[in-house]
Amino acid sequence: MIQPIEAVWRDEWGRLLALLVAQTRRLDLAEDALADAFERAARAWPEAGVPDNPPAWLLTAARRRILDRLRAEAVAARKQPLLAVEEGQRHGEGDLLRLVLLAAHPSLSEEAGAALTLRLVLGISTADIARLFLVPEPTMAARLTRARKKVVAAGVPLAIPDDEVLPQRLETVARVAYLAFTAGYAPGSGADVVRADLAGEAIRLVRLVRATGRVAEGNAALTALLALMLLQHARRDARVDAEGALVLLPAQDRSTWHRDEIDEGLALVGALTGGSRYGLVPRPTRPAPEGGVALVPRPTRPAPEDGVALQSALAAEYLLQALIAAEHARAAGAEETDWLAIADYYRQLEALTGSPVVRLNRAVAVAEAGDLDNALGLLDGLEEALPHSHRLPAVRAEFLSRAGRHTEAAAAYDLAIERCAHEPERDQLRFRRAALRLI
Amino acid sequence: MTKYLILIAGTADEWNDADPSDRERWHQDHVAFGREVGSAILAGEALDGASTATTVRRRSGTVQLTDGPFAETAEQISGFYLVEASDLDQVVKWCTLLPEIYSLEIRPCIRIEGLTD
Repeated sequence: MIQPIEAVWRDEWGRLLALLVAQTRRLDLAEDALADAFERAARAWPEAGVPDNPPAWLLTAARRRILDRLRAEAVAARKQPLLAVEEGQRHGEGDLLRLVLLAAHPSLSEEAGAALTLRLVLGISTADIARLFLVPEPTMAARLTRARKKVVAAGVPLAIPDDEVLPQRLETVARVAYLAFTAGYAPGSGADVVRADLAGEAIRLVRLVRATGRVAEGNAALTALLALMLLQHARRDARVDAEGALVLLPAQDRSTWHRDEIDEGLALVGALTGGSRYGLVPRPTRPAPEGGVALVPRPTRPAPEDGVALQSALAAEYLLQALIAAEHARAAGAEETDWLAIADYYRQLEALTGSPVVRLNRAVAVAEAGDLDNALGLLDGLEEALPHSHRLPAVRAEFLSRAGRHTEAAAAYDLAIERCAHEPERDQLRFRRAALRLI
Repeated sequence: MTKYLILIAGTADEWNDADPSDRERWHQDHVAFGREVGSAILAGEALDGASTATTVRRRSGTVQLTDGPFAETAEQISGFYLVEASDLDQVVKWCTLLPEIYSLEIRPCIRIEGLTD
């Protein structure tokens, strides 16, 4: 009997909480009361059976609890009218968007906003959120309490802002979702399964938000982010081997990738780029000339008339990342990857973000496309921006080794090994250094 | 309704060294703010420079006066508005009318029973 409650929790928590907050304007009361209602359900349903309309049952239980609390607070019940909610009424979508915008308000730090969104909108437990962000549970509990207090004290509104401001607010929601996703996507440690689960929750969040209305559905940042997350998340089963070790992209068993998610991701990317890459337009064989317009994904065609891809820098950033993930997803095997296209997307991404990490990734793509000289040139000057990175000398070592410059490669490997703090990775570097044929 | 204090911070140099035309524009920003926010402004003043500040501390019965503000930072509080608003977004919207050279800090006021109405 546990199953239905968990399913109802998953599907209904955010909607019910949004409704209760909208009715009471009391975040603290609403959250406590809803948690209490679910607790009662967990005790009552196994004996009495699951009610015909579980959300209505929960709503009634939570509202009763709120009334009790309001009376206990000696607030006249007449001053806090609780609206009657008709059963089966279509409600909650506007309320849900209001709740999302409240939890991901830009006056909160991004980390606090992400945690609060996961808690309020998706009903994820404090313990799981703590695990996601790699902090102890009491720390996360305190962070959530501070965030709730800020929301209430600062008067963050439970409202959908004007059309001028809404797209910007939705981008904050996108940032918050992406932060939650990348925390869940962090490779390596033993808690992998749970975290893959929570990365999936970030996808659910964006889906929920996009379902709240036309403005949200048409928001390019949210669409590009959903595509990006789907394309990366689709590889989750291939990323870890039977012993729990990380499997890098070239070695992954592509038959375990979730094709349906990849197809959906590709379709979303296609919608944003006007289908130029995925429709009938033949693929160009050369990358864009240096200095081409940064935000248009394929240089062979002008930007789509409506300029969806150009809606904002954030949207373009997510879209370019999604396009890179799409190239990997489209390739039947690692050796069929279109590195020319990927290198070009990284070039555009670098122009947009100026990030040294993006430049490093770009260099790797250029090397994979067979242009070692240019790849090595792209590493020049990166040392200043990434002084402690072990990945930079490791990449340089790899390039030098491929170029047959073994002595220089060995020195670069030594530097990488010295800087690397991760034991399995250091072993890998030692192995590669030993494999150099020193002349 | 909540009372919010909008603390206006900026560097004195920025205002003093600016072109008269810029100063006129910023002045007009304040006028526009006043027109838009209207009676929701409960109070508002421009403050004299941080060099005119006096800090009062009372320790073990004696009153100590010190020259200067609490902290020496590049940005100093140069004025404030006290406004009444339904929520934070309303205040943020009003704040966008003020000159963009400022950093603004919005702080909700707490109601203390028996002290304020």
